[in-house]
Amino acid sequence: MSKKAFTTLALLVITSLVLVACGAPSSPTTPGEAPSAEAGCSDAIGCVEVGPGESLEIAYALTVSGATAFLGEDSRGAIEIAVAEWGEIHGHAIALSGEDTGCNIEGGQAAGVRLAAQPNLLAVIGTNCSSEAVGGLPAISEAGLLMCSPSNTAPGLTDPNENWAPGYFRTAHNDLFQGRVAAEFAYNELGARTAATIHDGSPYAEQLQAVFASVFAELGGTVTFQGAVNENDTDMRAILTSIAADSPDALYYPIFEPAGNFITAQSSEISGLEDTVLMGADGLFADGFPGRSGPNSVGMYLSGPYVAAGSAYDDFLGKWADQIGGVPPSGFHAHAYDCTNMVLTAIQSVAQVGADGTLLIGRQALRDAMSATSGFAGLTGNLTCNEYGDCATGEALAVFEITQAELDGNWPPPVVYQP
Amino acid sequence: MGRFFGRRINFGDLVVQLLQVVVLVIVVVALYNTITTGRYTSRHWVSLIFAGLAQGSIYALIALGYTMVYGILRMINFAHGEVYMAGAFSTVFLAQHFASNGFLNAQPVLAITVLILFAALVSMAVAFLLERIAYRPLRNAPRLIPLITAIGASFTLQYTFRGFYGTQFRSYPEVTALRGTVSLFGYSIPIVQLVVLAAAVVLMFVLYWYVERTKAGKAMRAVSEDKAVARLMGIDIDKVIVTTFLIGGALAGAAGVFNGLYRPQGVYYFMGFFPGVKAFTAAVLGGIGNIPGAMVGGLVLGMLESLGPNAILEGLGIPGANQLKDVIAFTFLVLILIFRPQGIFGERLREKKV
Amino acid sequence: MSEARNNTAPSSVWKSVLRFGLVGGAIALYFCMVGMVAAFDQRFLVAGQLTLGDLVLYVGPFLAGLSTARALADRTAWQRLLFGLLAGAVAALPSILIMLFSQQVNIGAVFVSLSSPLINILTFGRGLPDGLPLLVGVFGLLGLLGAAYTFLSQQARNAVNLALLVIVTVALFSDIPIRVIEKYFSARVARAIFQGNALLPLSAVVLSLLTVGLSYFGSLRAAKKKVGESKKPERLILGRYPINQVLSWALVIAFLLVLPQTDRVLAHVMMFIGLYVMMGLGLNIEVGFAGLLDLGYVAIFAFGAYTIGILTTQAAIGTFGLSFWVALPIAVIVGVVFGALLGIPVLRMRGDYLAIVTLGFGEIIRLLALSDWLSPLVGGAQGIVRIPSPSIAGFDINSPERYYYLVLIGVALTAFLAVRLRDSRLGRQWMAMREDEDVAQSMGIDLVQTKLLAFAIGSASAGFAGAIFAARLGGIFPHSFSLIISITVLSAIIIGGFGSIPGVIVGAAVLVGLPELLREFNEYRFLIYGILLVVMMLTRPAGLLPTDTFKRELESLEEGDEGMNNPVSAGG
Repeated sequence: MSKKAFTTLALLVITSLVLVACGAPSSPTTPGEAPSAEAGCSDAIGCVEVGPGESLEIAYALTVSGATAFLGEDSRGAIEIAVAEWGEIHGHAIALSGEDTGCNIEGGQAAGVRLAAQPNLLAVIGTNCSSEAVGGLPAISEAGLLMCSPSNTAPGLTDPNENWAPGYFRTAHNDLFQGRVAAEFAYNELGARTAATIHDGSPYAEQLQAVFASVFAELGGTVTFQGAVNENDTDMRAILTSIAADSPDALYYPIFEPAGNFITAQSSEISGLEDTVLMGADGLFADGFPGRSGPNSVGMYLSGPYVAAGSAYDDFLGKWADQIGGVPPSGFHAHAYDCTNMVLTAIQSVAQVGADGTLLIGRQALRDAMSATSGFAGLTGNLTCNEYGDCATGEALAVFEITQAELDGNWPPPVVYQP
Repeated sequence: MGRFFGRRINFGDLVVQLLQVVVLVIVVVALYNTITTGRYTSRHWVSLIFAGLAQGSIYALIALGYTMVYGILRMINFAHGEVYMAGAFSTVFLAQHFASNGFLNAQPVLAITVLILFAALVSMAVAFLLERIAYRPLRNAPRLIPLITAIGASFTLQYTFRGFYGTQFRSYPEVTALRGTVSLFGYSIPIVQLVVLAAAVVLMFVLYWYVERTKAGKAMRAVSEDKAVARLMGIDIDKVIVTTFLIGGALAGAAGVFNGLYRPQGVYYFMGFFPGVKAFTAAVLGGIGNIPGAMVGGLVLGMLESLGPNAILEGLGIPGANQLKDVIAFTFLVLILIFRPQGIFGERLREKKV
Repeated sequence: MSEARNNTAPSSVWKSVLRFGLVGGAIALYFCMVGMVAAFDQRFLVAGQLTLGDLVLYVGPFLAGLSTARALADRTAWQRLLFGLLAGAVAALPSILIMLFSQQVNIGAVFVSLSSPLINILTFGRGLPDGLPLLVGVFGLLGLLGAAYTFLSQQARNAVNLALLVIVTVALFSDIPIRVIEKYFSARVARAIFQGNALLPLSAVVLSLLTVGLSYFGSLRAAKKKVGESKKPERLILGRYPINQVLSWALVIAFLLVLPQTDRVLAHVMMFIGLYVMMGLGLNIEVGFAGLLDLGYVAIFAFGAYTIGILTTQAAIGTFGLSFWVALPIAVIVGVVFGALLGIPVLRMRGDYLAIVTLGFGEIIRLLALSDWLSPLVGGAQGIVRIPSPSIAGFDINSPERYYYLVLIGVALTAFLAVRLRDSRLGRQWMAMREDEDVAQSMGIDLVQTKLLAFAIGSASAGFAGAIFAARLGGIFPHSFSLIISITVLSAIIIGGFGSIPGVIVGAAVLVGLPELLREFNEYRFLIYGILLVVMMLTRPAGLLPTDTFKRELESLEEGDEGMNNPVSAGG
């Protein structure tokens, strides 16, 4: 390029850039406000217009890669089934897109920013890990989106003084509840009077074992040891030796695989733990966990989400086998299914259908419809949302026992206790 | 800064001396506290020591590969942990096959030998490709460049095997013959720990013999001393380097199977990364480039990880001691290198070489 | 791949066909087996015509044909084309063998990607026996194309490469242009160019013709000019600098200022790139200037982030509740102090020992942040949440764009500092120390002081970056501070061009920006990242934008013998 040409071109580009900058809408406008000039939208935070022939857009934000992919795949399958069941709303197809969140705060935030940038997006189903929600919720909420999480269990997310933000809902029970169920089961049903806990440094496990320990002590039991390992540790003999020094009645480790596999297997080698009952939580509630942990997992208890067997759930599992194949890999699929159905029901109820089939959906109206959900008959029970987005019933939780059948490939394990 | 302390006293030395005293006092106090509580009996300690030795054996086998490559090429083969993973991960399927058709428990010695050979073969193939594709073209580049290549190769291998075999965790089947314990001085020790330890020691001695006593080993040592002179002596440098990588790979593959026998769970694509870092730590601890050093470094590191949290951290009243076991390992590494910069066994290398 | 020379005997011709064919086939098979071909089969680049999966699959046979034709440079054109075609056909063999084998033995249970969707793709949906000849034919055709490619002139080749690059880039990152077009024009315009994420065939053709035309025209003119005119003196001068240079800089700055305004996702990604640029510039002082190989740089980043977290959080753990602007200088100071403190024990270590010890420091800091022991102080596993966003005089910094500008200020400050230091007395002392510690010491350089200053000053920008990181995320968890950050920063320096400041920016953009923008390929982002690192180091070891010194030293090395005794072996 000649000098003159370069100079001209450069000047042109700079001018156009400056023009773009001046013409750009000032930054913090929410994408949802763009169509608010349209006639008929009187929503406080904007509307989404879905023209004839266009699809309604919803998205998932789940951890579908990496070590926690089983959680994301479990939820994603359920969302896909629910979307396929609905087929269409007022004659508009439902388009499902998605973002991977990677079970960390940065991944959650990146996904949140990307989802918030989609101008016609209505709702997000996700996230899986609570830290993802801490990162992603601000952007998603600011963009006027509706968000429903199947498996965020951190108590702070539905506490307005902590991380809660408008538009956030969840169908997952929170840790306070699950930790209590596990402790009550250990104390009342197993008759345990001493217990030890292990966490793996994840916020989820740490919280859960803390709740377990405090409830267990409250009930009159003694917590002999509260320890921690790292998620990549493989040799658990040292911590198990520390625990074995007190020979507790129960050992609660609400952590993930593979660390959970190692603890389960190696606890059989440590003298002093022969009579200790092993207990895990939904992080280990995965198809194949008994097989991967070996024979010592027989007799272990897992607390986790539970769906009462019934025609609806059997129907769901049948669809899973048809559309996705096999059985759901973890325990939050029913919660994801309920989330999706509640969100789609809310969309259906607030959409204003125009003469040519155009839908006008108010974002605040959508949020209001969601929080007005009451007695929604879902797989996890009858769901009613409170003003800070807690929709979980608390019924959908149980303790499962792994038996020889699970070691041989059966899943899910039988329920032995329900609160 | 040093000038504040006058001419003779080196600022760094002063800090080092101080540190030495502080660390020693802390460790002694901690050990005293732990032992006086009487929480653990000698039975506990012995079982932790053997668990540490078994873990250390696996580190040592991987560390041998690090140390040999470093000795010859003066490069950190950061992807060596992935070579170990490749062998362990690929062999798990064969092991499951052997278990399901009964071969594993009918002929345990033969079956395990086959598994080890298979794992060694896979790891050797990976190590060979690694050298051929990623390292050989860069042999004369500044040393940071092969380091970055090695990091890239490490990612590539992890996610390649993830693509091949999927994200699921796998487990080695249980070998009945290795279950159970033997009695040693009145303490019962799991057989599998002794087997792993013995195998590692034997392999180390074979390697030592190979490097010190055979002609090929002599060529290896010559290349490690001075490549240019070695070439003048008629040594095929490329061949020596490839051999080094192959030996390192074979040992890593064997380590993969031993790891699978000792701790069958958690076989997946990321299983090599941390053992790789630990093995490298072990190699540096023992004096990098030194074969018995790698062995000793591995065993020391394994024992530290096994004993450290209970013996030292609990004595200091630190909660969640076990999650800090890597802190102990790395702190020990730093201390060793401060007091003995060439590692436990390392000869004082010429400054330039280090 | 080495090239055959001179007169190729018939046997060696077949050997090259077989060799390059099989290597190409191995590449194709590799992409099949890691699952990329099947996973990207639905990702159209050109709507209805070309998927990303196809592109990945076709690389192998194309290269086979290309390499074969190159190796047979002394043969006639027809022979080269023919053998290229054959090599392409041979490249189908490995995939065919595996597929046939999988019919006999159930290896699909082990290799998860070897499933019916993959076989469907490879046989073009025609089932196993019928589809195979078609696969051979298609691969042969690609081999032919590869061979034909060698006949193109340099200009034409550049033009074709560029056109392909432009199409793939636009299609891969299509969500950004689509959003920008929708924002400034209308959704209808976007739909006229794109369909879903893919380019419409017509727009792909127009785009490629445009690129080919422009590139060809440009290179012709350049060639003509090279022959025709001698170098004319600069006429347009602005102050001390030629106007071209001033304009280039203005262009870059305008882009940096305006680009994030166009799209929020872009702003978010550019902000993260900026954080890594800051850290890269800081680490460059340690590694590039002073030759201290530090793999634990993330520790300082963590110190910066945790300082902000503890001092400003509104959660129960924070008792200070300071404003961000008060906490920011404290974070930088904490970074500097701990940088120097961590530097003390490693003063006497060199090279690889330094690398492993600093790596250990990084892990120690992360584990301590995570530990139950320190959790009353730093939050432990629960991290620190509710970190407020900073505001100046009522102006909240709460959106990606605004954080981006904050980061941009940080980058500018760091870059300024780095340039001034490089050219200062201290900078020359560092470089002298990097080249040879003993000589440097005998020249009167105080090694202790110089090293500690490198650690301390290099740490300042990581403290700064960590502070912004914490405020942007609104919460920090120990898991965010893993080894991968240290590795990424170091790689960015080296990919960009060792010791070069623009290089750090480019390196960070490639290593942080690409994976972030390509999140939809999350399953494969680290694989692509790894392959990129290796290929980059093999083909351009000096980096994308190397400094002249480093390039020269590297070139002299290529001719020389031993790498480790050379001064640029900065790690040594």
